[in-house]
Amino acid sequence: MVTLTGKAASVAFDRVTKVYPGGTTPAVNDVSFTIEAGTLVTLLGPSGCGKTTTLRMIAGLEMPTSGRIRIGDGDVTTLPATDRDVSMVFQSYALFPHMTVMENVSYGLRFSGHDRRETAARAAAGLALVGLTGFETRFPSELSGGQQQRVAVARALVLEPQVLLFDEPLSNLDAKLRRRVRDEIRELQQKLGLTVVYVTHDQEEALAVSDRIIVMDRAVIAQEGTPRELYDAPATAFVADFIGESNVLPCEIAAVAGTTAEVRAGPVTLSLPARGLAPGPARLSVRPNRLALVDEGAPNSLPAAVAKTTYAGSRNEIAVETELGPVFLVSPDTATLPAPGARVAIAFAPAGAVLLLG
Amino acid sequence: MPPPARIRPLDPTAALWTAVGLVGFCLLPWYAVDGGFWTFRWLLDGWPLDEDAAPALFLVLQGEKPWLAPLGLILLLPLLAWRRPKADPAFARLMVVIGALGLGWLLIQGFAIGHRGWRYDWLEALFGDLDWRQFGMGYGALLTALAFLFLLTLGIAARGAVGGDVFVVGSIGFVIATVALFVFMPIVQMLLNAFVTDEGAYSLAAFGRRLFSDRLWSLGCLTGGPRCGVAWNSFFLAVLVGILSTLLGLAFALVATRTGFRFRRILRALTILPIITPAFVIGLAVILLFGLSGFFTQLSAELFGTQPTRWVYGLPGLLIAQTLAFTPIAFLVLIGVVEGVSPSMEEAAQTLRAGRWQTFATVTLPLMRPGLANAFLLGFIESMADFGNPLVLGGNFDVLSTEIFFAIVGAQNDPGMAATLAVVLLVFTLAAFYAQRFWLGRRSYTTVSGKGDAGIHPLLPRPLRITLYAVVGFWVALTLVVYGTIVYGSFVKLWGVDMSLTLTHYIKAFGIAWTDHGLLWRGSAWSSFWTTIWISLVSAPLTAAIGLLTAWLLVRQDFRAKRAFEFGTMLSFAIPGTVIGVSYVIAFNVPPIELTGTGIILVLSFIFRNMPVGVRAGIASMAQIDKSLDESSLTLGAGSFATLRRIVLPLLKPAILAALVYSFVRAMTAISAVIFLVSGRYDMATSYIVGRVENNEYGIAIAYATVLILVMLAVIGVMQLLVGTRAIGRRGTGGPGLSGMRTNMPPQGAALTGAG
Repeated sequence: MVTLTGKAASVAFDRVTKVYPGGTTPAVNDVSFTIEAGTLVTLLGPSGCGKTTTLRMIAGLEMPTSGRIRIGDGDVTTLPATDRDVSMVFQSYALFPHMTVMENVSYGLRFSGHDRRETAARAAAGLALVGLTGFETRFPSELSGGQQQRVAVARALVLEPQVLLFDEPLSNLDAKLRRRVRDEIRELQQKLGLTVVYVTHDQEEALAVSDRIIVMDRAVIAQEGTPRELYDAPATAFVADFIGESNVLPCEIAAVAGTTAEVRAGPVTLSLPARGLAPGPARLSVRPNRLALVDEGAPNSLPAAVAKTTYAGSRNEIAVETELGPVFLVSPDTATLPAPGARVAIAFAPAGAVLLLG
Repeated sequence: MPPPARIRPLDPTAALWTAVGLVGFCLLPWYAVDGGFWTFRWLLDGWPLDEDAAPALFLVLQGEKPWLAPLGLILLLPLLAWRRPKADPAFARLMVVIGALGLGWLLIQGFAIGHRGWRYDWLEALFGDLDWRQFGMGYGALLTALAFLFLLTLGIAARGAVGGDVFVVGSIGFVIATVALFVFMPIVQMLLNAFVTDEGAYSLAAFGRRLFSDRLWSLGCLTGGPRCGVAWNSFFLAVLVGILSTLLGLAFALVATRTGFRFRRILRALTILPIITPAFVIGLAVILLFGLSGFFTQLSAELFGTQPTRWVYGLPGLLIAQTLAFTPIAFLVLIGVVEGVSPSMEEAAQTLRAGRWQTFATVTLPLMRPGLANAFLLGFIESMADFGNPLVLGGNFDVLSTEIFFAIVGAQNDPGMAATLAVVLLVFTLAAFYAQRFWLGRRSYTTVSGKGDAGIHPLLPRPLRITLYAVVGFWVALTLVVYGTIVYGSFVKLWGVDMSLTLTHYIKAFGIAWTDHGLLWRGSAWSSFWTTIWISLVSAPLTAAIGLLTAWLLVRQDFRAKRAFEFGTMLSFAIPGTVIGVSYVIAFNVPPIELTGTGIILVLSFIFRNMPVGVRAGIASMAQIDKSLDESSLTLGAGSFATLRRIVLPLLKPAILAALVYSFVRAMTAISAVIFLVSGRYDMATSYIVGRVENNEYGIAIAYATVLILVMLAVIGVMQLLVGTRAIGRRGTGGPGLSGMRTNMPPQGAALTGAG
């Protein structure tokens, strides 16, 4: 039995720009990043942000207009897909409908210089890895969506690529399957030590599978970091809002002492990491679950009027009006539901708010 | 809740059709009147008492044609439903019985009694000699038949068929009845003719003798004999043309979609050519180029001293002409196929380390295989059905379609033989049609599944690309030479002999003069030209109407035996024009439907030959309209007819226009069925041109052909202007380029098949 291993390599983009022929605005604009070997990195962003174009440039399906791309030690900028040691799982899986599962999985091996016996052994190992042993002679049309997806993964895996790419791999699966397939992909990646680049527009999916996330917005990188960094310390209002829900409130940095800033938001005073900001007007991001509803007049709280309340089973969702604008918060205490119009106040949990950089 | 409707004593639909039937029975001439369908001289000419123009009621009252009397009685039966609501099961039963009885009796008497009394000997033996005779049915019979038909469908609807929708059931009944009458009935009569012996009796042996004769199946040419049987000739030719046109079409499609070729829009323009060109015009051009006094023949004689021969007449010429004529059809089909291969398939192959050539060979080509087979079958059917080219340049290479013609009009006048040949031809084309629809239908990979199929097709391997450029370049050049020859040749005095330029042919064919009596259409072609335009103008809207109605029934309604219904309506696609022509001559030469020599028979043949065009156009665009639009209209209280009229039709305007134009153009370019059905009074442009060719008047023939091509170019151009703005292209891929144009002209592929 052949065991499949990864030959994981790093991926580096150096000031890469892509302008499609006939287009004027770049689809990817002066983007640089490095993906460490053996990590799973997600390209996250709304549709049209350039994440898929970035992925396709790694695969060699698109060529950058300017900039360099390196995989491992080699510069692959001008190398076509065929000659790159990269394989990809397509959004539509792109299984060849005229070939059986076995033929699909063996396809790439045929062109990789393996003899017949080794091709068969590797393909079998690939199918075993995704749990599809016994399905060799089926055609893709005879498989369920989830099984098709595994065949696509096996087909890409058996080539032991330096980098494995996933283009929205869960978007054609039903909701129940998504979580399972997501975990399976992550498990495989960690077991084989693969370098995986994963494109999605679903922030929850990205948070769950990634070692690092690159958030893209309008052709540039908005922020890059671990899931926790992005969630707890979003750099911009876009990231704050795109990854989880967030209240963005105006504030004033009164003073900065070392790395700590004293921030005023309405009547409330907070001590937050300064993040290199100077005193002056700024903006705060607060997650809805880091706010608490307190009695009117509580110390260091923001007076508010309840606008709308929703009982959502495990939590209450409460929208309030404050002098800083509308604020949305969730409360795990479902025992009481404040009436609309009630005068209340909101308090900030310690380390609940974060200053935005942009 | 709507307010309760006023209670009517008789269901309004039943009342309407009973009234229509009674008008037909009591007021309008029962039999076809002299002078044609549209003349109303009979009003002054002895109606209502003269036997020729009398309504059935008057005939019966005068003691004539007593067998018509039961029809009148049956027409009064709906009154039994007085004060019975439609929901009453007795109402439904009554209407079904009335309709079935009426239609049955109408058909029985029509087929039993003809020009010379009883039409069948056994009836004469049974009932004795009959003094009376009857002629083809006319207005009266038509209305009565319609009345019975719709009373029958009303009854069926009242029993709850198709949700009890009277309009839908009526439409289905109407389509079935007309297709049965004008497609199946003639074919069946023709089949029967294949069994007729010289003495007029029916015999299986006679059919067998004809069917297995050497004339059809000899393989002499393979073993050094003079010639092969016509069936083999047709088959070989069709296979070769199918293969060649598919390969060339694939080359064109690949160049147009996969090479970044800058002039691909010009390639697209080529696909219009076969629509506007009668197929045999290509054959004419081939004669002008390669015939005995052809351009290239003479050039080669001068340069190399070769002896001019008649090599082009026969298989080589037919191969050239048909491949030229049908390659654009394969191109059109294969563009869709090539574009239909999902780009991510090819991208996946590339990321799996397959090179360009390997990707093409292991993924692209196999995925196109069903499409290629489809294009081959279309080319096969086209070649089999082609009549014009073999007629003008077949030489000694006899094929089925022309043999059928000569068996009917030639010195031999052997309808039995013609019918037998037609059966063989029909079996070939139907087999191909069946293979195309049922065998290939389940094997198509090109339907794009799932979301997110963005991506770009990879370029082709370089050697392949260069080969394709060469092949396509050569073929485009040849096509241009052919069309150039047609236009140039029409200005040449006598091709190959006197090449000086002249307008003589145009003046002869299309001369106009001012005389004391006003404008005189002096050219010899005017009569057939105006007839052609007129017949085409009449048949186009009728074709579009019945085609779209059928499409609507197929797409939007559910009823039992829908597959059979669809197959029946699309079948006339696969029936070669020659077969339609022969069967119409055989079926409509005698009562109960006497149509030969009229313009109506031409109109009818066009309607039912081109109906699938309208059906396909309608299906294609109706599939794009969300069914929930109809359903919301229905739930808002509109009936199915109102929904069709107010929701579906307005959204279908482009399809309607396209169906109109294509049925018009196809009516103008058709030759195979037409040549059997034309008469002195109703000559058509194509048959006139073929006539000139047979008289060796090539000048007039191609001048006329040039005019036809220009007229149709203008028609297509106007249509493009009218419809062109509504492009529903595929998102992203090159904007309103190739795919945009494809959606504009849904029926193109359809318009072409079965031509000739």
